[in-house]
Amino acid sequence: MSTIAVPDVAVTVDVGFWTRNRKAGAVLLALGVLAAVLFGALATGQQARFTLSETEGGAALEITGTFGAILFGLVAAAAGGALLAGVPKRWFTLVLGVGLVAFVLSFLCWQVSAAPEGRNFMPLVNIVRGTFILALPLIFGALSGVLCERTGVVNVAIEGQLLMGAFSGALFGSIYQNVWVGLLAAAVGGALISLLLAVFAIRYLVDQVIMGTVLNLFAVGVTGFLYERLMQINAEKYNTAPRFGNWEIPLLKDIPLIGPALFRGNIFLYLGLLLVLVIHLALFRTRWGLRTRSVGEHPTAADTLGVRVLRLRYRNVIMAGLVAGVGGASYTLAFYSFTKNMIGGKGFIALAALIFGRWSPTGALLAALFFGFADQLATYLGAIGSSIPSQFLAMLPYLATILAVAGLVGRVRAPAADGKPYIKG
Amino acid sequence: MTNPNPVSGSPDKEPATESQAAQNAVGNTDRAATTATAPKRPEGQPRPSLGRLFLDNLWAANTVTVTVLAVVLAMLVGAVLIIVSDPEVLATYSYITARPADAISSSWTVVSEAYANLFKGAIFDPQASGFTASLSPISETLTYTAPLVFTGLAVALAFRGGLFNIGAQGQATIGVILAAVAGFALPLPPVLHLLVALIAGAAGGAIWGFVPGILKARTGAHEVITTIMLNYVAVYFLAWIIIQPGVHSPTRADAISKPVESSAQLPRLLGSDLRVHSGILLAVLATWFTAWLLNRSTVGFELRAVGENPDAARTAGISVTKAYVLVMVISGALAGLGGSNMVLGSTANALTPEVVAQIGFDGILVALLGRLKPWGVLLAALLFGALQAGGNRMQSYSGISLELVTVLQALIVIFVAAPALVKAIFQLRAARAARLQTSLAKGW
Amino acid sequence: MEPGEIHALLGENGAGKSTLMNVLYGLYQPDEGEILVDGKPLKLKGPSDAIAAGIGMVHQHFMLVPVFTVAENVMLGAEQVKGGIAGFLDRRRARREVAEVSERYNLRVDPDAVIEDLPVGIQQRVEIVKALTRDVDLLILDEPTAVLTPQETEELLTVMRSLKAGGKSIVFITHKLGEVKAIADRITVIRRGKTVGTASPTASRDELAALMVGRSVRLTVEKQPANPGRPILEVAGLVVDDDRQIRAVDGVDLTVHAGEVLGVAGVQGNGQTELIEAIMGLRPVLAGTVTLDGEAVHGWPTKKVLRAGVGYVPEDRSVDGLVKEFSVAENLVLDIYDRPPFGKGLSLKPDAIAKSAKERIEQFDVRTPSADAAVGTLSGGNQQKVIVARELSRPLKLFIAAQPTRGVDVGSIEFIHSRVIRERDIGTAVMVVSSELDEVIGLADRIAVMYRGRIIGIVGPDTPREEIGLLMAGITPETTDAAAAPAPEGPGNEDEA
Repeated sequence: MSTIAVPDVAVTVDVGFWTRNRKAGAVLLALGVLAAVLFGALATGQQARFTLSETEGGAALEITGTFGAILFGLVAAAAGGALLAGVPKRWFTLVLGVGLVAFVLSFLCWQVSAAPEGRNFMPLVNIVRGTFILALPLIFGALSGVLCERTGVVNVAIEGQLLMGAFSGALFGSIYQNVWVGLLAAAVGGALISLLLAVFAIRYLVDQVIMGTVLNLFAVGVTGFLYERLMQINAEKYNTAPRFGNWEIPLLKDIPLIGPALFRGNIFLYLGLLLVLVIHLALFRTRWGLRTRSVGEHPTAADTLGVRVLRLRYRNVIMAGLVAGVGGASYTLAFYSFTKNMIGGKGFIALAALIFGRWSPTGALLAALFFGFADQLATYLGAIGSSIPSQFLAMLPYLATILAVAGLVGRVRAPAADGKPYIKG
Repeated sequence: MTNPNPVSGSPDKEPATESQAAQNAVGNTDRAATTATAPKRPEGQPRPSLGRLFLDNLWAANTVTVTVLAVVLAMLVGAVLIIVSDPEVLATYSYITARPADAISSSWTVVSEAYANLFKGAIFDPQASGFTASLSPISETLTYTAPLVFTGLAVALAFRGGLFNIGAQGQATIGVILAAVAGFALPLPPVLHLLVALIAGAAGGAIWGFVPGILKARTGAHEVITTIMLNYVAVYFLAWIIIQPGVHSPTRADAISKPVESSAQLPRLLGSDLRVHSGILLAVLATWFTAWLLNRSTVGFELRAVGENPDAARTAGISVTKAYVLVMVISGALAGLGGSNMVLGSTANALTPEVVAQIGFDGILVALLGRLKPWGVLLAALLFGALQAGGNRMQSYSGISLELVTVLQALIVIFVAAPALVKAIFQLRAARAARLQTSLAKGW
Repeated sequence: MEPGEIHALLGENGAGKSTLMNVLYGLYQPDEGEILVDGKPLKLKGPSDAIAAGIGMVHQHFMLVPVFTVAENVMLGAEQVKGGIAGFLDRRRARREVAEVSERYNLRVDPDAVIEDLPVGIQQRVEIVKALTRDVDLLILDEPTAVLTPQETEELLTVMRSLKAGGKSIVFITHKLGEVKAIADRITVIRRGKTVGTASPTASRDELAALMVGRSVRLTVEKQPANPGRPILEVAGLVVDDDRQIRAVDGVDLTVHAGEVLGVAGVQGNGQTELIEAIMGLRPVLAGTVTLDGEAVHGWPTKKVLRAGVGYVPEDRSVDGLVKEFSVAENLVLDIYDRPPFGKGLSLKPDAIAKSAKERIEQFDVRTPSADAAVGTLSGGNQQKVIVARELSRPLKLFIAAQPTRGVDVGSIEFIHSRVIRERDIGTAVMVVSSELDEVIGLADRIAVMYRGRIIGIVGPDTPREEIGLLMAGITPETTDAAAAPAPEGPGNEDEA
């Protein structure tokens, strides 16, 4: 509650030498040293090439494997050392970022240089594009989570919303042979799950986490059932949705690296990035955003000022479903036909991205990209025959999230009223 | 308290269930009417304390009614799904104004046949002759029930300790890995081997439960998040370990491990033709143990106190840290045993990526349907086991996808979770907000 | 209500003052009856109708979003926007409005400060500013002084006077007689949801108090002079932080002897809660020592402290004292459930628990339908009696009671007070913390006043109220005779002035 008595003479206590920044620095220093020694030892003398294209050819950054692994490892260690020595607070994020990127680069130098000859290159355009494509459902899902949870409704049902969106997009897109109908149907499908969540959580006060979990199972069941009954039997009619093509954006598409990776994408890519921007602005700059956040933090206060708490919650939760539904369509109206349980846990990584991104649209975007990169990296390393099992890379987003909520990567703080039903009086 | 009614009543054919529901409905309106005369304004909001009491009584008295009605409603929705997903039946609806009988009769045929098969597969097939054939449905039901009891108990126990353990799936996964490895890698004599394999499975689940428990207690990390994430970590770990040398079956190319030795398998109860095995006996034992632990032990007192009000528990000297860790370890061990059932029983005898199926997630539904009470969980698991067994037959005989069972299960729990909705639909009394019987309305 | 009038609504805790005002503010719907504004009946469907009708309210628990800035809180619900349907917030205008209102009524606040960083007094100021920017004519202040120091209270009264001068009407809800007499133009006394009388501010305190409680009140507690023995609890140089890592207890020294009651007075939020939680092992001790009967107990887990013979009634019974869903019987053994005869090894003995519950329900006059009833269904007074019964049912060396009678009916207050004194008389050291000064004066043999994490003075119970009030505000007289009094002195039959 807001009425915490704070004697204003009190000073914040000194937690001693080991501040959170210093701890992060120590960990980073250890990682950097480990990278320099271990990756350096494992890397070969072969060149590690990072090409600015989709293939082996074209302009490239080259570095000798061993040298690169040791160099970047030392950079990471230096960044860690700087944090340990104590840098000004505003530099913290930057230095930490540099350190982590250097660590990843050191790792890549080892991996790429250790690849068989002829495959010792990394096409950066592919990696960037793949990162964004794999991050797309996460972005939509996490935005759905932002809309829900900022109003105080926990959204564990992201998975179900994505799945329902993917399914109805495929079904109606196929029946009407029209991508736009499919897109609309996908949004409505996602909103349907949202509506159930809203009605049960807001009207019937069922615990939101429980309801979300059950709705996920419900969505898996319904889509699986209809898939087997309709799509499997008559795929021609029910599971051949047309797909959105790629739209090239003039001028921007010619920017090296970023151009081919980002500006020759499909509607979902543009829509996702646009939504991040729009929701960010709306949340922090508009009347709707102020009210939404107040309802998620202190609904009683909002109510006393004439904000219709429940109506706003209904509206936002349903909007969340629309967004997630479109995210589901980014599978079936762009790349794949519908298959059973095709979201395969991405909804939960989206939830992780939401938390990792601290309930903010831009934070969620960065987290989604990080997870997308991990995913893409796993594919890439598999392709070059890496010795790192892809399963362990696939675990990365989940492990990162556990570390985040455990406060080891900075404290995360959910909206205060998140998950609490609002009962007047 | 749940009683056996919903179980025997639910997988029944529709007419029977409906009449039963009607009976209940009548009884209930009577009760509602008599109670309604007591407070002055039955429609308005009675004073909180009184209203609360009134509601609690109604809820307690109506557990069975609500469950039965929820099953009926779920099956009705299921029937609609069956109809709309059948193009031939749907075609008859295009001329329903002209010949309504066609639409009705064709719908009736397809739905009744599906549910009849569900019943025959789960409980009894009147056409079956001979010992094995007539007992086969029950045997199948019990086979599916056993692991669900364990995971259901795992989730319910954690709930009572104030934690929502979505991670039963992951705990079962780690459990199944350790149980299987112990089952094929250790050269031990029969009884001992089984025992060691079961302990290994329980230990695996316990380790996977310990992590979110200690994180919650030490750092406040929300268990819903950590357990969800650990589920996936477990999935990938399983996928990795299956293909490791020493684990991977040398004779197979696909992802499957070596088979568990017969000395480590749970003995079958009714001969080798019927799949039911002693896992179900262990499940009953586990239910008894959980009930004792919760209600008759000092540990259970601590868990429940922490679950209902951690601040008061702490003030009274109960260690919340210890309680959280303990409840997650025990919960994980139960889920791990559930996982072990999947590889030491008759369902499978080797690790595959899908070896634990959905038992962890189904366990959440089972726990909720069982109202978080151990014996209630047992009955709920029985219902779900029956639906699974019946669903198999429905799939092979009527061609209705097994996924319908998932839909039914989710719907039953949704309806049970909001008794007010069930009542509103059946017009038993004005819909009114009622909570699921967990005090777990909290955020991350 | 007349324009420019301050109307005090006086009543005991739970008399229905706040409920009435919430109806007036549109938060609750009246079951019957109507509200007249300017002679016309007013139908309020929600707070926005009330605001439109010119009614503003400052709630007892502030209605501020802690993570928002002052300006954001002020504009919420009445946002000035630009940019058409997009509705972008006009923050500059909001800031200007805050500045204007602050200027006009002399309510200094920084529009860009974040609420959770502000002290309570300033938060209240924000609440008032929030109401004033909505152009209200009638301002409802619900128990505004409960969390304020006497100084802050004085400032608030000044603000109220300037509002009155500006033509605003104010409804001032309180149960403190002194403030009412100081500021109100008219007084309405409410008891059990009914108006029991109106009075003018010239009425005497005793008259008002009698109206409020319904019978002539005894604000005193019957007791004999204390007979203090050896020191039981010794606290030295104690330093403790609150939940937000801000120093709450900053070097406290105090001693409680066997057979005496040490009262701890002070405005809420001056470290009392943290002091006690630190003694109980519920909060880490950063520096200093806590000694119980010669044994250092700081750093002990709570269970060990309790087992060493400490009884504890926490200040918030519904949060820390009871498990509401548990039965009365279970709550009665909440801290001894694992000790014989209630628990043996791992197993619990329900029969023994039920038997002892029955006895204690009788002894402590707990009104409950049965021992199996959930404690949450009992009244506040009976809930409190369950806690007291639990804590006093085992041999104690030290008994700590925090706010032992908050939100408790008069009958239960008397009962609880008499049990506290009885415990003292059998030789237990007793420490009572209360923000009700009358309660402290009535029970204590010595009074320690806490201010900003320190014991600012220790005085006898016959010290004038005004002097204690000054101490609570942090003002120490250069020479206070009783301040250093090492032992309690004489009977503490001090009536309210």
